[in-house]
Amino acid sequence: MLILECPCCGVKADETELQAGGEAHLKRYGPGSTDEEFDGYMFSRKNPKGVHFERWRHAYGCGKWFLAARCTATLEVFGTYPAQTSAPPADLQAKIKQKRPNWEGYK
Amino acid sequence: MGFKRYSAFAVAREAMNYHLGWERAWGSPAPKKKYDVVIVGAGGHGLASAYYLGKNYGITNVAIIEKGWLGGGNTGRNTTIIRSNYLQDPSAAIYEKARSLYETMSQDLNYNVMFSPRGLLMLGQTEHEVRGYKRTVYANNLQGVATEWISPQRVKELVPIINIDGPRYPILGALYQARGGTARHDAVAWGYARACSQMGMDVIQQCEVTGVRTEGGKVVGIDTSKGAIDCDKLGMVVAGHSSVLAEMAGFRLPIESLALQALVSEPIKPCMDVVVMANTVHGYMSQSDKGEMVIGGGTDGFNNYTQRGSFHHIEETVRALVETFPMISRLKNLRQWGGIVDMTGDRSPLISKTPVDGIFVNCGWGTGGFKAIPGSGWAMAELMARGSSPLAEEFSMYRFREGKFIDESVAAGVAH
Repeated sequence: MLILECPCCGVKADETELQAGGEAHLKRYGPGSTDEEFDGYMFSRKNPKGVHFERWRHAYGCGKWFLAARCTATLEVFGTYPAQTSAPPADLQAKIKQKRPNWEGYK
Repeated sequence: MGFKRYSAFAVAREAMNYHLGWERAWGSPAPKKKYDVVIVGAGGHGLASAYYLGKNYGITNVAIIEKGWLGGGNTGRNTTIIRSNYLQDPSAAIYEKARSLYETMSQDLNYNVMFSPRGLLMLGQTEHEVRGYKRTVYANNLQGVATEWISPQRVKELVPIINIDGPRYPILGALYQARGGTARHDAVAWGYARACSQMGMDVIQQCEVTGVRTEGGKVVGIDTSKGAIDCDKLGMVVAGHSSVLAEMAGFRLPIESLALQALVSEPIKPCMDVVVMANTVHGYMSQSDKGEMVIGGGTDGFNNYTQRGSFHHIEETVRALVETFPMISRLKNLRQWGGIVDMTGDRSPLISKTPVDGIFVNCGWGTGGFKAIPGSGWAMAELMARGSSPLAEEFSMYRFREGKFIDESVAAGVAH
């Protein structure tokens, strides 16, 4: 069972308490952008087999959104961090790199 | 290798010979340097694509490359349901094509796929669902798909073990497709593999693709764990891992990989000879020829490549089905498994050209790929051989950009 620690309220929540929100750090495109940019933002997803950054909501807890770094191939959780960021924190990236030397890094 | 026709006579002949004369159903050749077409993925869809390339278009210099074993992915992990009662025209067309090909598949392939058109019910358990399914029935009648709306009493006649009185979700009727049903999923892969092998195609198992080589925006070959293979056209038919392969070729797909799970009970005496889907409470069930109750549930909400499920989903599914079928409450669960499915934004598949010239994708079948295998192969073969296919036209990967969704997430509920 997947367990994530909510960085907002500190509760270690299991997946029945959480709602998955898809890929994190999407750059939003709206009016004025090209069709390709909007298509990419709206529909294309990284969907990697390995390290992935995601949005989660502590739906049956504090109700807040947060972000998590997780391995989709093993379900290992590397860490969670607040949603008010535009890229994964450097220390978390370093920690992942240590555990997964072949990881290409956040792109 | 020579192939003998399977028949009752052949069984009798081999019986006289202590069954020593049966040859292998398909070969396991080493890969050649170059093929006209390479299909990645020897599951149902990949093998069917190759089969119809050979059968309909005479293209037989084909290799089907498989990372694991034949039909070992989602082909062997589904709940074997076949139906075509979809709302949207493009879906109804391709799923009905598939269903009609299933009718004659055993004869076409000379391989018993045990297609059993036993009838399929989708229960209406809320007023909204009733309205939705009645709409689907009207649409199906216009599309030439034989479905009807039936009363709760008729449901009870067809499924004596069902509880139509609720309490939470009473059965208000059902969308009934009399020619829907099930087939033996492994046999579909095996039958196609044998037929492909007979046409001279190479089915290469235990061969993982490690890279896709392109030159000037056109595919020239692939790198595999068994060496480099050149090809003119490449078909990617790798449900669950479509994004991984697309990444190798340098483009992104509108797909996310999720885990879907199913379970079977211990075998019991025949008690239900139709397929029942209850989408509101989210479970579906049929009885296999071995007597096991085959049960399917929902997907996990998050990206996952682990081919295993979560316990709470089983609990949810079983809880729903026990309310609908009280007699299964004391059945023991025999085994449970998960498979990785491709999810697109509109829950409809991609059979499409890609940004790389010569690469075609057939993926994104979500939770409902098995029923589509022959139709999907038919359309993919036409697309690869001719460059366009009426069946596949609407399923282009560029439909999202154009806003031309084939929105089955609403039409089909969640379960497939």
